[in-house]
Amino acid sequence: MSDATAPVLEVENLAIALPGGGDRLRAVDGVSFAVAPGEIVCVVGESGSGKSVTAFSVMGLLAKVLKPVAGSIRLLGEDILTASPQRLRALRGDRMAMIFQEPMTALNPVLTVGDQIEEVLRIHTDLGPKERRAKVLAMLEAMHLPDPERMHASYPHQLSGGQRQRVMIAAALILDPALLIADEPTTALDVTTQAQILKLIREMQERRGTGVLFITHDFGVVAEIADRVVVMQRGRIVEQGPAAQVLGNPEHPYTKMLIAAVPTMTPARRPPVTGALALETAGLAKTYRSGGLFKKAREVHAAADVAIRIHRGETVGIVGESGSGKSTVARCIARLIAPSAGQIMVGDRDIARLPERRLRPLRRTIQVVFQDPFRSLNPRRTVGNSIIEGPVNFGATPEAATARARELMGLVGLDPSALARYPHQFSGGQRQRIALARALAMEPEILIADEAVSALDVSVQRQVLALLDDVQRRFDLAILFITHDLRVAAQICDRLIVMQRGRIVEQGPTAEVFARPDAAYTRALIEAAPGREFGRGAGQVQEAASA
Amino acid sequence: MSAEPTLLAPAVAAPLPLGRTLAARLLRNPVVALGAGFLLLMALVGALAPVLGTLDPTAINPATRNRPPGFERTIRAEDGTTTTYRHRMGTDSLGRDVYSRVLYGARISLLIAVSVAALSLAIGLLLGLVAGYIRPLDGPIMRLMDGLMAIPGILLAIAVVSLFRAGLPAVIAAIVVPEIPRVVRLVRSIVLSVREEPYVEAAIMAGTRLPLLMARHILPNTVAPLIVQGTFIAASAILVEAVLSFLGIGIPPETPSWGNIMAEGRNLFRVYPHNILYPGIFLGLTVLAVNMLGDGLRDTLDPKMTGR
Repeated sequence: MSDATAPVLEVENLAIALPGGGDRLRAVDGVSFAVAPGEIVCVVGESGSGKSVTAFSVMGLLAKVLKPVAGSIRLLGEDILTASPQRLRALRGDRMAMIFQEPMTALNPVLTVGDQIEEVLRIHTDLGPKERRAKVLAMLEAMHLPDPERMHASYPHQLSGGQRQRVMIAAALILDPALLIADEPTTALDVTTQAQILKLIREMQERRGTGVLFITHDFGVVAEIADRVVVMQRGRIVEQGPAAQVLGNPEHPYTKMLIAAVPTMTPARRPPVTGALALETAGLAKTYRSGGLFKKAREVHAAADVAIRIHRGETVGIVGESGSGKSTVARCIARLIAPSAGQIMVGDRDIARLPERRLRPLRRTIQVVFQDPFRSLNPRRTVGNSIIEGPVNFGATPEAATARARELMGLVGLDPSALARYPHQFSGGQRQRIALARALAMEPEILIADEAVSALDVSVQRQVLALLDDVQRRFDLAILFITHDLRVAAQICDRLIVMQRGRIVEQGPTAEVFARPDAAYTRALIEAAPGREFGRGAGQVQEAASA
Repeated sequence: MSAEPTLLAPAVAAPLPLGRTLAARLLRNPVVALGAGFLLLMALVGALAPVLGTLDPTAINPATRNRPPGFERTIRAEDGTTTTYRHRMGTDSLGRDVYSRVLYGARISLLIAVSVAALSLAIGLLLGLVAGYIRPLDGPIMRLMDGLMAIPGILLAIAVVSLFRAGLPAVIAAIVVPEIPRVVRLVRSIVLSVREEPYVEAAIMAGTRLPLLMARHILPNTVAPLIVQGTFIAASAILVEAVLSFLGIGIPPETPSWGNIMAEGRNLFRVYPHNILYPGIFLGLTVLAVNMLGDGLRDTLDPKMTGR
């Protein structure tokens, strides 16, 4: 707090009790930090670190079961913890505002965007209808939204995710609050959109002198936007300081570990893999047709003319933003959906058109690890039963399959005795290991990892990536790795395929694609990656943050 | 904590409560306990009706017609001995003992409640699974269900009864048919959402055949909502049977049911209200108990509903 001006927000020694039965007594404990006017403070930590609880307690939006037991939160000198609900309501919007992670659900679907922003003005000011409208239009304009008049009359579903988040920011900033709390505001957005939103937040904060409390788990974002960084672990602050210092020269081992776990944007040069061809697709396409008796038929080309070759022992990444068709391709290859055209050659057999009856014997060749570790295991069955399901389907005795499952549990780094447990007793990373063990139990030749590490914290992500690498070498697996995260792709993929709007726009060796991207879209993706200089060298962090 | 522990993290909570623990949790809910308790009592009353001081519920006695509750009459047995019988709930217009009829009537009402619930759940579950999983059959099945739902339940029931000879099976069929569409819709919606779950797709990738896939991964998700739906069907079945009997197209009058006791008391309701009052009280309390059980089950089984 070298800044001479009085801080907008001062959190001192905050402690919030958790209801009984949790893994610790307090959600946050002894948390102290401050946000100065015109400063962006990033609170960074992994899931369960207490960063969101901190943000919600500042807003006075804590769930009733969570009770502050010590400390104070002062907004412009006024204590939030002792304020009445009426006072808090007045402060929210007026002095502080919040933007949330999910722009899809934070807006009311049955009101126009303009009405929702004007509502803030109606409640907190006594401006007339004309003035309100003018102010909202000016704000939409400042958010760089195209055609503010039309935006004003639009409903949320007519806007893209990025536009919705801009609307949320407009609603948050329209009363010129002293403090903006942003809880993972870009996590649900595509990387190019994320870059634009981050730029917008920085621009607004500079122009209006707003203090920003920015909650994130992503060190790339931190490097991009933070003035100061607060690192939290298990409800406590382990380190805080200026961004350049914390990112470039971290002191606490936890911070060091977190930063080391962030994959670099510089892919290693990998020798080309020359194993046997495991999978080849040609002209693969998936077209969705909607409409019916009374509606006009509509066609959506989710994927078109996709040609992919994967060798044994090779990891091929498909990167792209949402709607690029990367998951559609994965699901076609796994034959969870039937492709509309093209061939999928596994060995010398084309599985693209096989009916389920003839496909079943070939199912074990291709296995999938899904994105969401909380939904990919049946909550009603023990993990042991989930793992042996496939082998037993293929004729293994339950005893033999269980013995094999025990081996695999050891291989993925879990205690074999845990087979009798249920999925909810495991963390996300552990579940992803179990899902991998389940896939490996089938002895596949091809493994499809569909955003398999996207839902995991960086430290866990790194371990699961290392595990994937290990099992690949052990079983000579061909891995098709679907991801939206260029950093992860850079770390694990031998070759990279970039997809946009259902088509492949570029493919080649990973290092090649990163160093000399051909397609404009690939360049845009690489440009947009947050804090892209971060992780290449500590000295460049400051530069990247101010860029 | 520099790395995720390789071995297990401490267990967060007990495994999913199914079986015994679930039953214990359910009975801790006072609403469930009260509803279930009353229904158990009614079941006992129906089952033990012959030994609860009843007469033959169909025995007509023209000498003692339309007597008020508490009327005492002397019954002379064949060997000449006499006993005094007290008509606790009076007699109806044919001199039959209302108390006996109401107790025997519990049998019919509960039988109908249970069989209608079981049948409509079974048929609805089957159709719902088919509609939800086999896409080409979805349209035809659901349009048929929409058609059934478009006709008011009572009218449909009357139409069904008129197709068969009056009797218990006809009445059950008449009540089951209008209930099916709701069950089908419920099951179909669950199947449609669960089939997209990654764990179901993982099971497909593991080569699990369709019947096993259904039984193992999809069906268990329908159990809790179906139990709840079943109780509401049971409550409405008791009412619909009463309505049908009241209209004179339900259970034939020689078998007492709460509905037809009330139907027979209808003409003289102003003068002798007891003919309608007592079966009405039993009917009302039973339906209330079933509904309480259903509400309690829903609150306990569906975590989203708790705290309302």
